[in-house]
Amino acid sequence: MADVTHYGPARLLPGDQIAITTNPDTEPFWQAAKEGRLTACQCAQCGAFRMPPTPYCPECQSREKNWPTLPGTATVFSFAICNKNPKNGEDYVYVPVVVDLDGAPGARLNANVTGCDAEDVHIGMKVAVEWTPIQDGWVLPNFRAMTAGA
Amino acid sequence: MAWANQDKTAIVGVGATDYYVRGKSWPRTINDMAGEAILNACADAGISITDIDGIAYYSGAGAGYLDKFDTASLMETLGMPHVSFSASLTSGGGGCPGAIGLATAGLMNEDAKYMVTLMALQQLPQHRLGVVFGASAPNPENSFLQPSGLVGPGHLMSVLARRHMHLYGTTQDAFGEVVMATRANTHNRPKAVRKAPLSKEEYDASVMLADPLRRLDFCLETDGAVAVITTTMDRAKDCRHKPAVVHACAHGGTREWGRAFAWMGMPDPHFASSGHKFTADRVWAQSGLSARDMDVALIYDHFSPRVLMQHEHYGICEKGEGNDYVLSGKLRYDPATGGGVNGGTPVNTHGGNLNEAYIIGMTHIVEGVEQVRGTAINQVRDAEFALVSGGPASLPVSSLILRSA
Ligand SMILES: [Zn+2]
Repeated sequence: MADVTHYGPARLLPGDQIAITTNPDTEPFWQAAKEGRLTACQCAQCGAFRMPPTPYCPECQSREKNWPTLPGTATVFSFAICNKNPKNGEDYVYVPVVVDLDGAPGARLNANVTGCDAEDVHIGMKVAVEWTPIQDGWVLPNFRAMTAGA
Repeated sequence: MAWANQDKTAIVGVGATDYYVRGKSWPRTINDMAGEAILNACADAGISITDIDGIAYYSGAGAGYLDKFDTASLMETLGMPHVSFSASLTSGGGGCPGAIGLATAGLMNEDAKYMVTLMALQQLPQHRLGVVFGASAPNPENSFLQPSGLVGPGHLMSVLARRHMHLYGTTQDAFGEVVMATRANTHNRPKAVRKAPLSKEEYDASVMLADPLRRLDFCLETDGAVAVITTTMDRAKDCRHKPAVVHACAHGGTREWGRAFAWMGMPDPHFASSGHKFTADRVWAQSGLSARDMDVALIYDHFSPRVLMQHEHYGICEKGEGNDYVLSGKLRYDPATGGGVNGGTPVNTHGGNLNEAYIIGMTHIVEGVEQVRGTAINQVRDAEFALVSGGPASLPVSSLILRSA
């Protein structure tokens, strides 16, 4: 087994470096985020969740959508540990996580996690949404470890 | 049931430029390099450039990831008098060997007589592949990925590797063995970029770029061009070399893999996989063969864990057993016997994308051709069947079996 590397605190990437764009299919997700409300795209016909939001439900081909308010908690499905700021190459420890969203089976988000050391992030870890203001007035869902180091 | 086009076409010519470290090919232009590869492939086949009347691309006719080939420009540049086939597979490197199936489709439809498949790659400073995902302008789809800072393919791949480690106990030692086993095949290859044998100590000292992946788990970034020519078996018999017969070929995949690491929505067990099971099963069904019939496997290796995961999808080992298979030395080629080690199938006898050159999969086709011709530098003794894989990335991925004539 390789030795555990000590990275120190997992940081969120600076919001002022981050830009997004939307389209009519995805905009309700980002509008909800502006209101501090974590949602996911749900089929109004069959109830299946999908992310990112797309025009049709892949299970039943319905175009009807719901945008339910989710609990805002999630479980780490997998992750990487990165140590350079992607915009400027400076040393910067951040942990991109793929999370399963509670209350929306099958829906995932890709985000950063903070509130613990990078080397303590693990698959199965419980996290809670934390909102990061980004460019153009949008708000990005990131996540915080619910129990530090747990 | 056997594939209707089994053994109906063959690769008859291969050609390449030198392989340059990223950015070092300038002031050659990308069409200059593409032209050299095509002309070399024509010479290898013993045909004239004026015989070429079809082009079967992959990667959306991409030249690298940010440039595009254009058939009319290639005709204008090289003097091809006419074309009667010009088509491409979609997405990226996953379609590389699948393009030979596209060429076969056009040949069997009598659209064209001699098909070129090619790739050229040149990374000028503004065209850096390693950050291509993060460097692209935000769009509504990638706005669900890029803000996480997963900016390069290596970042994305490390997330998949982590899940495989979690589910199956896979170790970084196995990733290292993939790199070392295939590095051992380049010391005698004049064109290879990395030739020095690699020790475990050197691997372990390689900088961690996206934990759990080290710099040496990432493939090379190379400039250069490679082209191959496919034609019908009756024409192949008149070419200079023994034909590399197209025995089976499939591209595609399932929705559970889909956009793969550009999506991250794959359910288990697809997430920690290479997305190849669908095309692997298709080529085995097309041919009636199985992994154990392959004499050599040319496995797309943009990142070392992807080699391990493809072994599981092709059935070279069982799902979840890639770690132990790799660590038992079974990827290695034994030059003394011209065979495998410990009962394994030799992998990437050319050194692969990790060690020889990265031309988005084309070097694997070239090695497959040379192995079944019997002219490879690291020749597997009596090689009859060569497996060539493409991807693993957004669909389509693809699979090809070449047979000795
Ligand atoms: Zn539905």
